[in-house]
Amino acid sequence: MNYYFCYEHITCFEILKTMQRTSIKITSEKLDLNACYAFVEDDSCGGISVFVGTVRNDTEGKEVKKLDFSTYKPMALKEMQKIADLALEKFDVKKVAVHHAEGELQIRDIPVIIAVSSKHRKAAFLACEFIIDTLKETVPIWKKEHFSDGEVWVNAHP
Amino acid sequence: MKIKTLFFGITSDLVEESQLDFDVKNNLSIKDFKQFLIEKHPSLENINSYAIAVNEEYAEEDLLLKENDIVAIIPPVSGG
Repeated sequence: MNYYFCYEHITCFEILKTMQRTSIKITSEKLDLNACYAFVEDDSCGGISVFVGTVRNDTEGKEVKKLDFSTYKPMALKEMQKIADLALEKFDVKKVAVHHAEGELQIRDIPVIIAVSSKHRKAAFLACEFIIDTLKETVPIWKKEHFSDGEVWVNAHP
Repeated sequence: MKIKTLFFGITSDLVEESQLDFDVKNNLSIKDFKQFLIEKHPSLENINSYAIAVNEEYAEEDLLLKENDIVAIIPPVSGG
């Protein structure tokens, strides 16, 4: 019986350890670059790679006024967690933060931050690119662009 | 059987609802559900493609729905 408890304790500990290597968040508050950076900092790492998405003021020559992000939040969080876990598996990286904004964003605001730490830089660069590319393909988040003369769901007619 | 359907992105505009409850026949496949949905809401023909998630996981066309499943209509995503 004691052995059983001991085993269970170790399993929980292992799960906790993996969770501590990823930070996944969707928020309507302003994304915090320092928090992402601080999360992935690690004594064993020689570098941190960060991708920051920013709201651009035009789409194919048309002036964008603002963006509106809507999410299927519980599923989006699961999909973001899957991508972060996959990045830990595929690349030699230590910690991963994936934070995404929801709601209305203005020009220059930050919709997404990816931060990755690793022992050597190459893995962090590759993991960062893999995470943002995969997020754009699989995570159920939708962007609506607002122009002066109307609004459009991005990608809706690929 | 009853299933709850959630609409996101452009599909919530096309259907003019974010959530609908449907009564469908037992063991309906995703493929058949899509057909059922188009018949109920022909406006969905305005988009070329969309994915379906069942209980927060992407689902294949041959998956069979169960009572009280939550089905989400996922038009092409555009996060990031």
